[in-house]
Amino acid sequence: MALETEATAGTSLEAGARAAEPARLARSWRAVVRSLAPVILALIAGGLLLLVLGQNPVRFYVAVWQGGVESGGWQNSAVLMAPLLLIALGLIIVFRAGIWNLGYDGQYLLGAALVAGFGPSILQTWPAPLAYAVLFLVAGAAGTLWTLVPAVLKAWYETNEIITTLMMSFIGVGIANILVKGPFQDPTVNIPQTRTIPFSKLLPNLSGTRVHVGVLLALGAVVVVHYLLTRTSFGLRLQVLGANPRTARHVGISVRRVIVTSFVWSGFLIGVAAAVDVLGLWAYVRANWNPGYGDTVIPFVFLARLNPLAVVPFVAFYAVLSTGGDLAAQQANLPTDFLLVLVALILLFMTVIEYLGRRRDLGQSYLTPGLKEALRRPLVRRRPAR
Amino acid sequence: MNGLLTQSFLTALVAGGIVAAVPLMFTALGESVSERAGVLNIGLEGMMLLGAYLGFLGVYELHSEWLGFGAGIVGGLAGAAVMAVLSVSMGLDQIVVGIAITLAGEGITSVLQQAQFKGKFPGLGNPATVAIPGLSRLPVVGHSLFDQPLLVYLGIGLLALVAWVFRATSWGLNLRAAGEKPEALDAAGISVLAVRTYAVLTTGALAGLGGAYLAIVGANTFTPFMTQGQGFIAIVIAMLARGKPLWVGVSSFVFGICLSIGTALQLTSINISSDVINMLPYIAIMAALILFARGSYLPPALCLPYVRGGT
Repeated sequence: MALETEATAGTSLEAGARAAEPARLARSWRAVVRSLAPVILALIAGGLLLLVLGQNPVRFYVAVWQGGVESGGWQNSAVLMAPLLLIALGLIIVFRAGIWNLGYDGQYLLGAALVAGFGPSILQTWPAPLAYAVLFLVAGAAGTLWTLVPAVLKAWYETNEIITTLMMSFIGVGIANILVKGPFQDPTVNIPQTRTIPFSKLLPNLSGTRVHVGVLLALGAVVVVHYLLTRTSFGLRLQVLGANPRTARHVGISVRRVIVTSFVWSGFLIGVAAAVDVLGLWAYVRANWNPGYGDTVIPFVFLARLNPLAVVPFVAFYAVLSTGGDLAAQQANLPTDFLLVLVALILLFMTVIEYLGRRRDLGQSYLTPGLKEALRRPLVRRRPAR
Repeated sequence: MNGLLTQSFLTALVAGGIVAAVPLMFTALGESVSERAGVLNIGLEGMMLLGAYLGFLGVYELHSEWLGFGAGIVGGLAGAAVMAVLSVSMGLDQIVVGIAITLAGEGITSVLQQAQFKGKFPGLGNPATVAIPGLSRLPVVGHSLFDQPLLVYLGIGLLALVAWVFRATSWGLNLRAAGEKPEALDAAGISVLAVRTYAVLTTGALAGLGGAYLAIVGANTFTPFMTQGQGFIAIVIAMLARGKPLWVGVSSFVFGICLSIGTALQLTSINISSDVINMLPYIAIMAALILFARGSYLPPALCLPYVRGGT
């Protein structure tokens, strides 16, 4: 995009610049349409599914709006945005480098278990700011640690990171359960869960609301990551690697280092998401609990074209859909897994719209060429360049 | 009676291992077919669940195992049809479509199950088994190895059949060409898209059958999310087996043992938390990947949509 604008500006007389303006507007308008169309189509298709199940789709979606926005519902939605945004950022960083990190569940739950396990005692004894900082770092480190094996395998042996991150995720979920049932078990209850962090020790709320400061932190992280990705050499290196690994090697980028660094930041942000979520909202972790944020956030990361700022409205939309959808599903006596179907439909419509868009050559693609490149030879060691 | 080598423990381990291995075997066999043809199928998990749910419904409503297995195949085929249209015909990203199919399979089966049974999980009867005369009387493991539902024997026959198709038929050659060098197949006058479409549909049918086996024979019921990542394990098995069906059978059995070791250990006095046991297959896979990743082979055109004249 930036290159194109420069090219136009370079050749341009004033007339050229004036002509470029509407063209750019039209292009961004098309990008908006192509991002929104899958969501709208998915909502319509989901409505048809509701009809099949004998529900009234209009009433369902009205209930979603009422539960997710009206009468204080927006506050629950905003609180839900905090972990979703941080996980989305973690995914954007690796996706931009053309790497798949699908191990978010394990990274998140390990962080959550550690925060809920150490939180009660640390928060009782240490001053709050120090305790929060330590807990954030612990959770971030746990997430990071869980990406290291896939990162090293990918960087040195080109082992497919889709498989390794998924497998590490299953192992991480298991270890989180063992921690919650074992060393972190609350001795005063029979249910397998950690001790509860006292309400007064949770992250403070913004005045007059139930929205905790973690939401602001997540929004701040969006700005920082956006700056990092668009204005620094690290961001450029990610972009080059994502666009074409061979080019990256040719221009002297240390591919291994970029792979490991992007994995590290991805895991860190996902771990911090867990810390924010546990310290801001849940206050404890129960065994076998898994909010499954990562699966649901993936489509919106792609719809936002891996742009941290653009991901905010999409995550806000999903937060409302999820908060209101839980309530609406309860009212309608539907399982909340209905939302999974909606997310899957959004993904499917996204690929179809992308296909139609590519045919008509509109706007940008949601998958960088490098991300596709990364899928080409899973598990196979890199051959010497021909 | 607290040793590891008691007869009851071994019997339970082997029997449970086979029950757990068969769904993996069918699904991984399907994945090797589509991997050979150049399609990585991340949607296996969803296809297994569709097969499991329809298979369960088939037995529940129609009271016939075979109709259940047939219904399971139909379920898997439905998921595969989506994959075939989007990822093969239209050439859309295989991973994104695969993730979508997995999520949709999880969501739809869970919603339908709960809408239909309102929180109940009705069980099915035990499936009929066929004992092989003589062998099933062998001491210790004879009964658990050689007294299986008919489908298990058919599945092992299918492994051999697919191995033969890969090795000795022109279909097998076409499949491999579609994954190795689709341009060459196209130049030879054979439609790459058609070959890949049949491969993906075969995968779906086998994954559906595997899911149906899981529900009908393994669990005797359907519970939402019952596959618990087995679709992904099947992908790894297919990768490690390098598309060789007989290896698919062997590694499925090994992972089946991993999956069933927890149940078998309950018969002994050894007390290990079920969370540790549940992690075993994944730890085994990580170990296998770390040790053998460098030796595995995948077709060069895997995951690349074929566009005639494209780059």
